[in-house]
Amino acid sequence: MSVAFSELRQKADAEWQALTAGDKPWIRVGLGTSGEAAGADEAYAALTEALGAEANVTLVGSMGLCYAEPLIDVQLPGGARVFYNNLGADEAADVVGSHLKSGRADASRAFAWHGAERPEGLGAVTRLNELPTVKPQTRLATKLAGDIDPRDLSQYIANGGYSALEKALEDMDSEAVLNEVKASGLRGRGGAAFPTGVKWGFLAPNPAPVKYVLCNCEEGDPGAFNDKGILENCPHTLLEGLILAGYATNSSNGFIFIRQGHTLPIENSRKAVQDAYAAGLLGKNILGSDFSYEVEVALTGDSYVAGEETALMEAIEGKRSQPRYRPPFPAAAGLWGKPSNINNVKTLSYAPTIIRDGADAFKEVGIESTPGTAILCITGAVNRPGMYEIPMGSLTVREAVEEVAGGIRDGKKMKLFQAGGPLFGPIGEEGFDTPIDFDSIGKTTGSLGSGGFIIGDEDVCAVNLVRNLMSFNQFESCGKCFPCRLGMTHMVETLERISQNEGREDDLALMERMGASMRMGSLCGHGQLGYNPVASALKYFEADFRSHMDDKECPTGACGEGQMITPISTRPELMSEPVNFKQLTAR
Amino acid sequence: MSDGTTPASDEIPSSDELRDRSRKALQSQQQPTVTVLSSLIAVQDALHYIPDEAIEETATHMKSTINDVWSVASFYTNFRFTPPGEHTIDVCWGPSCHLNGAQNLLLRVHSELGVDGEGETEDGKLTLRYSTCLGACALAPVIAVDHHMKGRMSPDLAAAVVDELKGA
Repeated sequence: MSVAFSELRQKADAEWQALTAGDKPWIRVGLGTSGEAAGADEAYAALTEALGAEANVTLVGSMGLCYAEPLIDVQLPGGARVFYNNLGADEAADVVGSHLKSGRADASRAFAWHGAERPEGLGAVTRLNELPTVKPQTRLATKLAGDIDPRDLSQYIANGGYSALEKALEDMDSEAVLNEVKASGLRGRGGAAFPTGVKWGFLAPNPAPVKYVLCNCEEGDPGAFNDKGILENCPHTLLEGLILAGYATNSSNGFIFIRQGHTLPIENSRKAVQDAYAAGLLGKNILGSDFSYEVEVALTGDSYVAGEETALMEAIEGKRSQPRYRPPFPAAAGLWGKPSNINNVKTLSYAPTIIRDGADAFKEVGIESTPGTAILCITGAVNRPGMYEIPMGSLTVREAVEEVAGGIRDGKKMKLFQAGGPLFGPIGEEGFDTPIDFDSIGKTTGSLGSGGFIIGDEDVCAVNLVRNLMSFNQFESCGKCFPCRLGMTHMVETLERISQNEGREDDLALMERMGASMRMGSLCGHGQLGYNPVASALKYFEADFRSHMDDKECPTGACGEGQMITPISTRPELMSEPVNFKQLTAR
Repeated sequence: MSDGTTPASDEIPSSDELRDRSRKALQSQQQPTVTVLSSLIAVQDALHYIPDEAIEETATHMKSTINDVWSVASFYTNFRFTPPGEHTIDVCWGPSCHLNGAQNLLLRVHSELGVDGEGETEDGKLTLRYSTCLGACALAPVIAVDHHMKGRMSPDLAAAVVDELKGA
C-alpha cells in the first residue's frame, strides 16, 4: 500500500470508528431527491434542533426504499441500526428522542434493523436484509446507499473506497485494468449495452496527449433516477470509476456531465472532486504514482437530447446540444476534436468493484450475456415505488412488480409497463414474464434502457400514456433534423385527436409513414426511435385505439376532455388554440 | 426566489445594474472550463433570468457574438428572459406523474393561480412552470416550490401549497 493511501485509510478508519462506536449515537436521515420530496430535509432540521447536541445527525442518500421515506435510522454506539419509516418532521424528534433516552427502540414505529445483533425490545420487526424490497438486491453500484454521508470522503474510504484505485496504481498497469474490465463482460448501462472494455479499447491505444472520458449524468429519461441516485448516495463511487477509466484508457481529463437544477447530484459531485484533489486522489501523480488525471463537473441546460453522446460534447463545449454527424466517432475526434469516450454513471460505478474484487467475482452476479446488476427504478401504480439493484436476469418484470414493488395499488390489475425511456412504448401482459436483462427486454418492443420501469394499472388508457410520451419527445426534439422536428409535432397532433375521439381512419397508417421518415431521416436515436412508443402501443393495445376511433370513447376515461396540458413554448401557433379538426380536414 | 434577491417584476433594476450583476456572475465562475453555456447558467443562477444586457456581456466575456449567445440561450428550455415571480412552482408532467394524476393537479393549480398555462400570475408574484421530470418519480405526482421538491401530491394538497404562497 502506498504511504499516501495508508495515511488516508488510517484517518478514515479512526473517524468511522468514532462515528459508529464512539460516545454519541448516530442518526442517519435518507435525503436524495426522493427523500426531499417526502420531507426528509424538514425531519433532519427537526432532529438537528432537538437532538443535535447529544447525537451526530447526518444526511445520507436515499437507499432507494422511496415508499418508506422519510427513512431515518438510529445507531446507538456499537449497536445495530434501527430504521423508522415515513417519519416526518412532526414525529421525528419524539420517536428518535425517546429511543435515545430509553436506549430502546420503539417497536411500534420501527421498520427494520441492521447489524450483528437484534436490538433489545424490537419484537417481530424484521431485519433490513429480509425485507422483500431488500432481499432480492445485490448492491454493487449502490452498495453504500443510505450508509454514508455522500459529502464525506473519509466515510467512503473507511468502507473500502478508493482501494480499487490504489490496487490499480500499485499492482496493475493500465492495460491490466483494461483487460480486467474486458474480462468482466461489463456492458454500458446507458441503454445501448455496448461492451465497456471494447469501448475503452478504442480509446486506450490512441497516443494523443489530451484524451477525455466523459461521464454522462444528463439522465433526462422521466422515470429513471438511478444515475442521480448514485451521485446522491456516494459520488466517490462514480469518481473512482471515472479515474479508473482514465487510467485504463491512458486519458488525461474527465468530465462529469449533469443537467443544471439537479442540486444534490451537482453539489455532491463538486464536493467529491474538490475533496479528491485535496487528498491527492486527483491531479498530478495520483497517490504518488506516475498517473495524473484532471476531472471537472460540467453542467448542461435543460435538453433531453444533451444525453446523446455527440450532443453531450456540444453542450460541454458550450453550444446547442445537437447531435453531430458520425464519423468521425468520438474515440477518434470527440470533445474539442480530441479522442473521447462517453460512459454512463452506472457503467463507471461498477469499475471499482470489478477492479477491487476481480472480473470473476463480478461475473458471478447476473447472467452470462450481461454480468452484474440492473438498477431498477420502479414507479407508477405500485405499492412500493423505489430504486432496486437486482442481479441481471434474476427476476421477470412481473416478479419485480409483485415481489419487490409490492404489486399494484388498491388491489388493481397491472395493465402495462413502460421501460427504457420515453422513446419506448407500453408493453402488455404478453411481456410481463420477460426476464429483466438487456437482451430479453430488447426482444420485446421495449428496452431495459437506463432502468426506469413505469407501471400502469387497469385504469390507464394506452392512448393517454403514449400522447404523454410523444408530447415529451416532441418537446425535447432538438430540431436539427426536420423529420424528427415535424414528425413528432404531427404525431402529437394525431394522437391528441385520437384521444378526443376525432381520429381519422387513416391516422394509424399516417403515423407509421411519419415514423418511417423519422427513422431514415434523423441523425440520432431521438428521431430514429420516435415512432416506437406508438408502434408498441398498437401492438399490445390496439383495442384502446379502436375504442377511441370506432366507439368514440376512451376505454378507461383516462384521456379526459381536451388536449393534454403541455408546455406551449415549443408548439406551433396551431397547437396553442384548440384544434378545429373539421377545418383542418377541409383544407 | 425566497432569498429576497429576486426583484419583483415591477422593480426591475437599471440597465447599468443588470450589466454589472451579469458581469459579476460571469467572473464568479470557478470551474476550469468556461463556455457560453456555463456563463448563461451562471447568470441565470444569479439573476434568475437572462436580461439583454447579460447576452451582450456574455458575448464580450466569451469573445463570441450576440447571435451565437442567443442561439444557445434560446435553445435550452430552462433559460428565461423576463424576471420570474417571487416564487416559482414547477409541476411535473413526466409519465410517472402523468399516470398518477398530474393533469388534474395541473388544472387545479391553473385555477388556483388564475392562469391557463406556464408563466406569471396577473400580479406577477408567482411563476408556474411545467417540468418534464423533477427526478423524484417514486413520489409522483411531484411539484417543486422554489426548487424544493414536494411529493405524493394531490390536487387538494397542491392547492394548499399555492394558497400558502399567495398569502406569503
